[in-house]
Amino acid sequence: MAKITFIQHNGTEQTVDGLPGMSVMETAVKNQVPGIDADCGGACACATCHVYIEPDWVEKAGARNPMEEDMLDFAFDVRDNSRLSCQIKVSDALDGLRVKVPEKQF
Amino acid sequence: MSDVITTDAVIIGAGPCGLFAVFELGLLDIRCHVVDILDRPGGQCAELYPEKPIYDIPALPVVTGAELTSRLLEQIKPFHPEFHYNHMVTAVKKLGDADFEVETDGGLKFRSKVVVIAAGGGSFQPKKPPIPGIEAYENGSVFYSVKKMDALRGKDVLIVGGGDSALDWTINLQPIARSLTLLHRRDDFRAAPDSVKKMRELAEAGKMSFKLGQVTGLKGDNGVLSAATVKGNDGASFDVACNAMLPFFGLTMKLGPVAEWGLNLHENLIPVDTEKFETSVEGIFAIGDINTYPGKLKLILSGFHEAALMAQKVFKLKNPGERLMFQYTTSSSNLQKKLGVS
Repeated sequence: MAKITFIQHNGTEQTVDGLPGMSVMETAVKNQVPGIDADCGGACACATCHVYIEPDWVEKAGARNPMEEDMLDFAFDVRDNSRLSCQIKVSDALDGLRVKVPEKQF
Repeated sequence: MSDVITTDAVIIGAGPCGLFAVFELGLLDIRCHVVDILDRPGGQCAELYPEKPIYDIPALPVVTGAELTSRLLEQIKPFHPEFHYNHMVTAVKKLGDADFEVETDGGLKFRSKVVVIAAGGGSFQPKKPPIPGIEAYENGSVFYSVKKMDALRGKDVLIVGGGDSALDWTINLQPIARSLTLLHRRDDFRAAPDSVKKMRELAEAGKMSFKLGQVTGLKGDNGVLSAATVKGNDGASFDVACNAMLPFFGLTMKLGPVAEWGLNLHENLIPVDTEKFETSVEGIFAIGDINTYPGKLKLILSGFHEAALMAQKVFKLKNPGERLMFQYTTSSSNLQKKLGVS
């Protein structure tokens, strides 16, 4: 089990349990975290599960894969710490992960 | 186009469920017209995951979205459905007790016995980047698609994005725009390499400019854009003078006009019964991802089942009082004739 905290644009925080093997996006959807639209259901095909990884976690969350890098072209306000949450697998190493949800996916 | 197309059924959505509905209705001699907002069949399978594998279609251990679509098209060929792409159904009205009038944004008008909504997650519409104040410029200076190229003749055009739409329009509009700037967040593109090469050649020849960065704000008056403020990849901000901006960030699904057709809705889904998959209005059916009922699963296979049961009720509406004999395609010479295999 890994605790994952989603921080909304207005500062509200929600900490939920993530199961290793599931994606951060699936964890958000399962726990009804607002702002993770995930139109395509995790196929890395829509860029509506965009999150910003908090600075301390960027390295542990890992680098974008090439498909994700391409798909981020369809996200808005992409920053260095932008990831698509469907492409981050929950693991024990990510226990405590903190991610920010953009104000709007689109 | 004021001619009214008369048909038995109008199917809204050419995704897998809409396509299979043609098959189930076709076996019962119900003629179909299919309308879709995209420019090709397949719905989400075409737009979101044409190359991605699907593992839960019965008897197909693995199939891509594109392949599933082409197989369905082959399966429904004997029923000669007519397709109307690039049309969004805007209005569905009941006429008297029996028929419906269906209208699209492209000016098509249908008169049908029934309407089958197989619209999945709704209609695919261009993503609108949440740039502060962008609404004020929409349709005057900011366009999410190009309807008439001529409207951009002589303009200072800013195109934002790195996909095929962004690159194609860069190449197509460069000759007629007064100036053209392509803005993208990175020096890499998901668009076809050939278009990228053309764009780079145009930029090197000084016929357009390519800049790296993202739009953060817009400047202008009374809905007329004068510049876009851009944050460059080095963090510094600069303005790009423009009086037309075309942001291309792909498509997203919106429920769209369905909400205005007088149907009961529940959390943007259409409640149906599980015997006929009919909505709160007799003669309007909803199948696939857009409907909801106790136990609903948004699976393609569920949509196929829903299409089969829906067709039974449509037959009764079209042929009041007539008894429908249940038949198998394996053994019925009648059905095989319709399929063109006997």
